[in-house]
Amino acid sequence: MIDVILAVVGGTIAVTIIGIIVGLVLLGIDRKFAAHMQARVGPPLRQPFIDVAKLMCKDSIVPENAVVSVFNAAPLIALASAVTLLLYIPIAGFYPLFGGLGDAILVMYILTVPALAMVAGGFASGSPYATVGAQREMVTMIAYEFPLAVAIVAVAWRFSMAGFSDPFSLATMAGVGSGVVVWDIVGPLGIIGCLILLLVLAWVTPAELSRVPCDTPEAETELCGGLVAEYSGRNLALFYLAGGVKTFAMTALGVAIFLPWNISWFIGITGWTALIADVVFFLLKVIVVMFFSVSLIRVSMARFRINHLVSLYWGYIAIAALVGLMMIILDVFMKGGVVL
Amino acid sequence: MRLSKSLNRSLWVFHFNSGSCNGCDIEIVATLMPRYDPERFGIKLVGSPRHADVLLVTGPVVHAMKDRLQRVYEQMADPKVVMCIGSCGQSGGVFFDSYNLDGPVGDVIPVDVYVPGCAPRPEAIIDGVVKAIAKLERIQEAKDE
Repeated sequence: MIDVILAVVGGTIAVTIIGIIVGLVLLGIDRKFAAHMQARVGPPLRQPFIDVAKLMCKDSIVPENAVVSVFNAAPLIALASAVTLLLYIPIAGFYPLFGGLGDAILVMYILTVPALAMVAGGFASGSPYATVGAQREMVTMIAYEFPLAVAIVAVAWRFSMAGFSDPFSLATMAGVGSGVVVWDIVGPLGIIGCLILLLVLAWVTPAELSRVPCDTPEAETELCGGLVAEYSGRNLALFYLAGGVKTFAMTALGVAIFLPWNISWFIGITGWTALIADVVFFLLKVIVVMFFSVSLIRVSMARFRINHLVSLYWGYIAIAALVGLMMIILDVFMKGGVVL
Repeated sequence: MRLSKSLNRSLWVFHFNSGSCNGCDIEIVATLMPRYDPERFGIKLVGSPRHADVLLVTGPVVHAMKDRLQRVYEQMADPKVVMCIGSCGQSGGVFFDSYNLDGPVGDVIPVDVYVPGCAPRPEAIIDGVVKAIAKLERIQEAKDE
C-alpha cells in the first residue's frame, strides 16, 4: 500500500516538473517560430523561464473590491488541473500514471477546469474588464466543446467497432502495448474522416488555449488583458505556467489520438536507446502539432470577434466534425478496415 | 523592492498617453516593429498596468489625465520603471505654460528615464531602455555590495 502511495506521489511530482519545463520550452519555441515567420530574431528559448522568474519576484496585488479567497485560489486551481491532465494522457508511448482511473471523457471534463478557474478568477477580481473577459471565456468554452467532443468520441467509437475492450481509454487510442493506432483500423473513407477530425482538433487547440485568433477573452487591446487584467506577480506567473502546461497537454492529446506512433515500433531497438528515441520523437511530434495548431494560425490571423468565434465553431467547425463522424460511421457500415 | 536579473531581461511595457499629439506614440509603435525587434530582449507590450514593469508616458499631462496617470502608476506592481518619452513630458514642449497642463510628467509621478525629442526616433527610445536597464543594474550592484 505504501509503495502505491509513494509511486503516485512521486509520479505526480515528476509529471508536474516535466510538464512545467516542457510547457515553458514549448511556449519559447512558439515565440521563436512566430518571430521567424515575421522576419524577426525573436526572444531566446528560455524567455518564458525568465518571464516566470521575474513575475515570481514582483509584488502580487489583490484589488480592493476583489473576492480575495477566489482571486488567489483560481491560479492555483488552473495550474493544478492543467497538471492533472498530464496524469491521464499517454506521453511518449508510456501508459499514463492514472490511465486505469479515467478515460478520454474525463480528460475532456478536466480540460474545462483551467478555463473555469480563470472565469472564477476573472469574476472575483471585481474589474469590469475581467468580468467581460470571463463572460467571453464562457461563450468560447461553449463554442469549442462540441467539435472537440465529436472528434474524440468518433475515434473512440471506431475503436469499439473494431472490437477493442476499452475503446474510451486514451492508452488504447495511443496504441500503448498493442501498437495499433486509429489509422490501422479504418478503411479509405475512415482515413478521410480521421483527417477531417485531425484538422478539427487542430482548430480547437487555439480556442482551448485562448491564443490568437481565439484570444477574445484576453484581448489586450480592447479588454486590457481581459480575464487576467487584475492579476500580477505570483498569481500571473501561475496562470502563465498553467498556459504552458495546457499547451503541452493539448498537443500531447492530439498526438495521443492521431499521431501516436513510436519510433521503436519501426526500428528494432530496445532498452534505453528505445526509451530516449521515443521521448525525442514524441517531443518532435508535439512541436510539429504546436507549430500547425498554434504558431502558424496565430501568426497568420487577426483576432475573431466573439460572435464570429461562436458562429465559426458552432457552424463550420462543428459541421466539419460531424462530416468526419459520418465518414467514420459509413466506413464501419461499408466494412472498411477492421470491423468486428 | 526586490530586483532580480530576470527583471532586466523581461521588461513588459505599458503605454500611457497623457495628452500627447500621437507623434511619440507612433514612434513607440515603430520601436516595437520587426525591424528593431525588442522582443529579442524580452520586451513586449502588455494591455494592463498590473502586468507591466515599465510605464511609457507620452504627452505633457493635461488636467483631465493627471488623476488617471497617478492611478495607473499606483496600479503597477513593484518593482517598476517610468520612462517619459518626448519633449512634452520633460518641459511641456510646445504646450509650455498652457492653462490646461498639470504636468510635466515629473511633477505628477517619479520618472526614471527621460527620452528627449519631438518626436524621439526609435533609436533614441531604445537608448532610453538601455539606460533604464543600466540604472536597474546599478541599483542591483549597490544592493549586492
